[in-house]
Amino acid sequence: MNQTENIFDTSKNMQDRKLMLEIVGLRKSFGDNHVLNGFNLELYEGENLVIMGKSGAGKSVMVKCLVGLMSADSGSIKVMGKDITKLNRAELDDTRTEIGFLFQGNALYDSMTIRENLEFPLRRHKAKFGTVEDTTPLIMEALESVGLAHTINLMPSELSGGMQKRIALARALILKPKIILYDEPTSGLDPITSKEIIELMRRVQKQYKTSSLIITHDVDCARVVSERMILLVDGTNYAEGTFAELASSNEEQIKAFFK
Amino acid sequence: MQKSKSVFKSFFIEIGELSYFAGRFFKEVFSRPFELKELLKQCYNIGNKSILLVGVTGFIIGLVLTIQTRPTLEEFGAVSWMPSMVSISIIREIGPVIIALTFAGRIASGIGAELGSMRVTEQIDAMEVSGTNPFKFLVVTRILAATLMLPILVLFGDAVALFGSYLIENTKGDVSFVLYFNKVFNALEFSDIFPAIIKTYFFGFAIGLVGCFKGYTCSKGTVGVGMAANSAVVYASMLLFVLDFIAVFVTDIFIDI
Repeated sequence: MNQTENIFDTSKNMQDRKLMLEIVGLRKSFGDNHVLNGFNLELYEGENLVIMGKSGAGKSVMVKCLVGLMSADSGSIKVMGKDITKLNRAELDDTRTEIGFLFQGNALYDSMTIRENLEFPLRRHKAKFGTVEDTTPLIMEALESVGLAHTINLMPSELSGGMQKRIALARALILKPKIILYDEPTSGLDPITSKEIIELMRRVQKQYKTSSLIITHDVDCARVVSERMILLVDGTNYAEGTFAELASSNEEQIKAFFK
Repeated sequence: MQKSKSVFKSFFIEIGELSYFAGRFFKEVFSRPFELKELLKQCYNIGNKSILLVGVTGFIIGLVLTIQTRPTLEEFGAVSWMPSMVSISIIREIGPVIIALTFAGRIASGIGAELGSMRVTEQIDAMEVSGTNPFKFLVVTRILAATLMLPILVLFGDAVALFGSYLIENTKGDVSFVLYFNKVFNALEFSDIFPAIIKTYFFGFAIGLVGCFKGYTCSKGTVGVGMAANSAVVYASMLLFVLDFIAVFVTDIFIDI
């Protein structure tokens, strides 16, 4: 049974928006461990799509395939119409500048200051941002959007977990990407900081007009940020719909996600 | 039997992966963009981190070698040969090998731990996603810096070792600075210095390569970082002895030692 089609299909109201991201039949295995088994996804312009799944369901593998950190065994991944599985290194790097990625553990470069962390993604655009005068306004804009302009000369180790998450988000935003991928944005944070990060995600989406793909198993986060949700079970789409639709489902496996 | 087979298999797999990693280095080192700023930063870090250790090691080598050898030379009435003997042994073999070993302990483990922790905390993935080639930025610059810095450190360490030897000779034999170093430079030939310096480039390359390989391919979380740092030192030290044997063998063929 194709659960995605059979449960809640809310994609109809998205059809008039531009398709930013499309994954069709994605498969990935590690030996006998089949992590992704024909996963499908469509992300539209300005949409907030949440992917929920338990640990080991294949969420992180999917998102790594999506940015080319892992190669898929089969299936296609189209970012704004370009199939990234068929791009060469230079083309892939160009496409990656359209995607901001907030890593689960923030992945801030701990030997660099906050300024250097934010400057790093600009290195590929030396012609445009070759000097400090060129980069400073962009860095300040990104830092101000997360409310941490005063940390510009600090090291990541001098910041709290929540502040590091916000800096990581600022770094993901520095090139003004059209798509942002959030990998477990609230994991490891206390409830108050989680709420702040969720609120920040909403604010940033309005300010930068991005499409967001949020990988999470945090129900509160999903409730607040999601426009549409996909439940991932055993590497494939199990159910799809709005938060309200899925949360009110009577199916045991779906109910288990919202307990 | 089965266990020894799998040990052999994993050993050869590791050699294959290291060779592939070295091949990728040579492919990337000549392609643009060149990370000159990062290379200079790494040269400074690697040289600066090691200079005190190399200086102390060299100084002690010079002192110990002279103190240990003096009684034997005295017995044969050949103390005047001390500067020649010490300088040739330090410049040709002891200096490069011992300084390279201390350098391996300091730098291979440092690079292994640094890149390993960057790998497990997804910092390398973050570089890749931001459109920067992390291999070129992290690996190529560190291998080049280790290759370029070790010969300079060995020259420095050799000089400090000879100075240490001079201090003992001056204390025990009342030999002047000028006389001691006159004898040193009279004893040394091109064939002593040139092959010794050339082999330190290979030593530096091997240390940088193994450190980067272990760190860059690190897995298994924080335990893996420790293993990467540890095995980087062990593999680099073993590789140094193999390279030293090859260097001495080749030198013996082409230069009359």
